[in-house]
Amino acid sequence: MNWQDFWAMGGYAFYVWMAYGLTLVILVINIVIPVWQRKRFIQQIRNRQKRSN
Amino acid sequence: MRPIKKQRLLLIALMLAGIGGAAAFALKSFNENLMYFFSTTDVVSGKAPGDALIRIGGMVVNGSVERPGDSLLVRFKLTDFNRDVPVEYTGILPDLFREGQGIIAKGRLNGQGTFIAEEVLAKHDENYMPPEVAATLKPDTQNNAQ
Amino acid sequence: MFLVPDSVGRFFHRMASPPHFYAFSGRLMPWLGVIFLLLVGAGLYGGLVLAPPDYQQGDSYRIIYIHVPSAWMSLFIYVMMAAAGVIGLVWRIKLAEIVAISSAPVGAAFTFIALVTGSLWGKPMWGTWWVWDARLTSELILLFLYLGVMALYSAIDDKRVASKAVAILALVGVVNIPVIHYSVEWWNTLHQGPTVTKMDKPSIHISMLVPLLTMAVAFKFYYLIAMLQRARTELLQRERNSQWLKKLLESEG
Repeated sequence: MNWQDFWAMGGYAFYVWMAYGLTLVILVINIVIPVWQRKRFIQQIRNRQKRSN
Repeated sequence: MRPIKKQRLLLIALMLAGIGGAAAFALKSFNENLMYFFSTTDVVSGKAPGDALIRIGGMVVNGSVERPGDSLLVRFKLTDFNRDVPVEYTGILPDLFREGQGIIAKGRLNGQGTFIAEEVLAKHDENYMPPEVAATLKPDTQNNAQ
Repeated sequence: MFLVPDSVGRFFHRMASPPHFYAFSGRLMPWLGVIFLLLVGAGLYGGLVLAPPDYQQGDSYRIIYIHVPSAWMSLFIYVMMAAAGVIGLVWRIKLAEIVAISSAPVGAAFTFIALVTGSLWGKPMWGTWWVWDARLTSELILLFLYLGVMALYSAIDDKRVASKAVAILALVGVVNIPVIHYSVEWWNTLHQGPTVTKMDKPSIHISMLVPLLTMAVAFKFYYLIAMLQRARTELLQRERNSQWLKKLLESEG
């Protein structure tokens, strides 16, 4: 298979790769945000527990 | 199920039925406005408003596309397999524009019954296949493409 | 409920308890991730490399492998959200409320992806980024419904009350779902009719259909992962004062 042809997408490279790229970014963000929020929340609770002990 | 839960479920069912009914009525009364385009038969039979900006949809008649001169002017006929409407358009056509293709044109009718388009959009059909497969179906799809 | 075997009933009953749900979903996560990555890898390879170009649209049609599964997910997740909302309303199960609100951002993301990829597909093929036809407009309304659900939930401090409000809003919006699905049949639209869900014959070649369905299943797994991640976070925040959370944090050091 020819990689140059693959990336060119028959002249529609901009539209196709833009669509795939944006989808990737949105899907990754939607996993990262809740995980990051949970980590931060657990840290907050830990800090509060330490202070009260 | 406990009676209180049954009651809540019934309430929800009633609410849904009410909203569904209201939505059905609303959609029915706005039916005309929700149509994105008129068919060519509508235009010929005078159902479409004569001088207003409208959209018409149809298939580009095979062999009807002509480009007089070297400007961007294109003339072609649109059909819904019942009546034809001649269309004139000056501008760049979408990649999918070709004879036998469904398109939608926005514009106005002039006095002679020719549709002067300001914008031409291609409407592709719901079929997806490799070129080799399409080639074997060619005579068929040429006639049936909408 | 008498049609459900006992063991299944017990399973759901256990799952509805917060500590069990938190632990179980945590253990499930790596498996879901592996399955999702395998499916997405296979779907992308099939769609971008193996599948032939379309006879009319060339390679631009390859946007279908994310556009169509995303659009399906936008409807599917909405129905899941509304169903979870009803279960929360009628049976007052806290976990159902959490699943409902955790579905909203994932559904909004898929709706947004469907709209944007559709736009990126429409520009080269139709000749326009956007038209106000029935299909596109009703899908945009779906995005606003999702955003409305999220905004309403965050605007009410008492999360049990917020969940009820959100469930009712989600239920009202359910009427939009059949409208989106049938819009291309009820009205003249620029958007073409259904390809895969059409009853008579599939109008997509098998070499293109297989990667499309693979991507659709992969996106279902993505929904599970993203929704559960949100649900776990939401659960901790709601249960901030509970004993099991205290114990969990202590045991983890």
